[in-house]
Amino acid sequence: MNIPTDLQYTKDHEWIRREDDLAVLGITDFAQGELGDIVFVEFPDVGATFKQGEVFGTVEAVKTVADLFMPVAGEVVEVNSGLEDAPEQVNSDPYGLGWMVKVRIADSSQLDDLMGASEYKELVA
Amino acid sequence: MAADGLRRTPLYDRHVALGAKMVGFGGFEMPVQYTGINDEHRAVRSAAGIFDVSHMGEFRLAGPGSLAFLQRVTINDVATLEVGQAQYSAMCYSDGGLVDDLLVYRRSDHYLLVVNAANIDQDFEWLQSNAAADYTLENISDQVALLAVQGPASRGIVAQVLGAELDTLEFYHCRETRVHGRDLLVSRTGYSGELGFELYTDPETAPRLWDDLLSAGEAVGLQPAGLGARDTLRLEMKYCLYGQDITAQTNPIEAGLGWITKLDKGKFIGSQALTRVKEEGPRRRLVAFVMQERAIPRPGYTILAGDAPVGRVTSGTQSPTLNQGIGLGYVDRPFAKAGSGLEIEIRGKRARAQVVKPPLVKGTSLLA
Repeated sequence: MNIPTDLQYTKDHEWIRREDDLAVLGITDFAQGELGDIVFVEFPDVGATFKQGEVFGTVEAVKTVADLFMPVAGEVVEVNSGLEDAPEQVNSDPYGLGWMVKVRIADSSQLDDLMGASEYKELVA
Repeated sequence: MAADGLRRTPLYDRHVALGAKMVGFGGFEMPVQYTGINDEHRAVRSAAGIFDVSHMGEFRLAGPGSLAFLQRVTINDVATLEVGQAQYSAMCYSDGGLVDDLLVYRRSDHYLLVVNAANIDQDFEWLQSNAAADYTLENISDQVALLAVQGPASRGIVAQVLGAELDTLEFYHCRETRVHGRDLLVSRTGYSGELGFELYTDPETAPRLWDDLLSAGEAVGLQPAGLGARDTLRLEMKYCLYGQDITAQTNPIEAGLGWITKLDKGKFIGSQALTRVKEEGPRRRLVAFVMQERAIPRPGYTILAGDAPVGRVTSGTQSPTLNQGIGLGYVDRPFAKAGSGLEIEIRGKRARAQVVKPPLVKGTSLLA
């Protein structure tokens, strides 16, 4: 299972990559494996703001559906529209082409609440 | 038995070696997928898939009273069944609610009943509680392993492995043969909507047969397929799943199983209640629907017509063939006609759906 060391993680199996005051989010390799074939990602509107822990979207797999939880409070500045036609990229490249949304971080201290790769690895072991 | 109380089929080690994702289903630890549901689904529709369905239950019924007993406890007409023929049927409670759906095979000297895994114990107890005279009923589930090979390429694969001609084996018929020196029953049945065969064997032979079939089918695209694909395949055909689309709270008339409900065969358990439902017309009907926008219906979602709730989704998925959300659900009768426009409430939003005449996927190899 792929758990890149340069990312942070949540207990809901999302990853977050900080890019200055922005954060790129997606679901982990473990999460895509558990969900199976992903067929649809429901995104929030660009400009929407969310609190930490709030549901901001859903991932529909053939067999099941899962909510997406915001790891840090912020405003959505971009969604990965490439997933509209190719949602399977979440399965094939969860940390790359399968990214989901980009948010402007409201409070960077919330990043301290997240797990590092080694801690996340223990969670899914 | 695994630590969590789940039972394993004789093919458990094969699934693990193939990297299957294992889940609990009907009390068994079963493969839900190997490479992915979509991939396995498409293999079955275009070439062939092999399924381990050894979790299914088998009962053996023998003796002169067998026919009379089966006529009383099942809703289809067993008298029409010839030796070597299979029949889709169901058992009902006296109020018309479904105990289970099942296959009844007539063999030369006995009947074989095949029931759902989750219902094995409950079905057997129910049958015993309705006991009649002059037959023996035996639960042989642990002595039987069941493999299903489904798909347009299935006939060649199975024929090669069994060393038998299968061109003359008709739909819903079975034949006895031998493989690895052991008896085997091959039946032209399945749950995929494609041409397919189900092989009843013993637990010792099952792994060798699995290996034989996989290697014989490799060249034509045979893939191992899990319960995930089994579910999407059956949904595209509107085949009912017990526990979701049919339950003790639903009757076969409203479920669209009127064609197996032979009210004129004589009295059977549930016949009085079902005659009344038929005469009055069912209040609701199980329908198949296709989403008209990008959304996936799931069991439990509310079905609306205008602003009024008119039913509930019992099964739903993204159809790998149609690339659209599809589902089954009970709706009040006025809204059950093909073409009716409905809405499904999905996480507080509404998505449009249309009732369609089953099957949802047409032109399969089922009768090829």
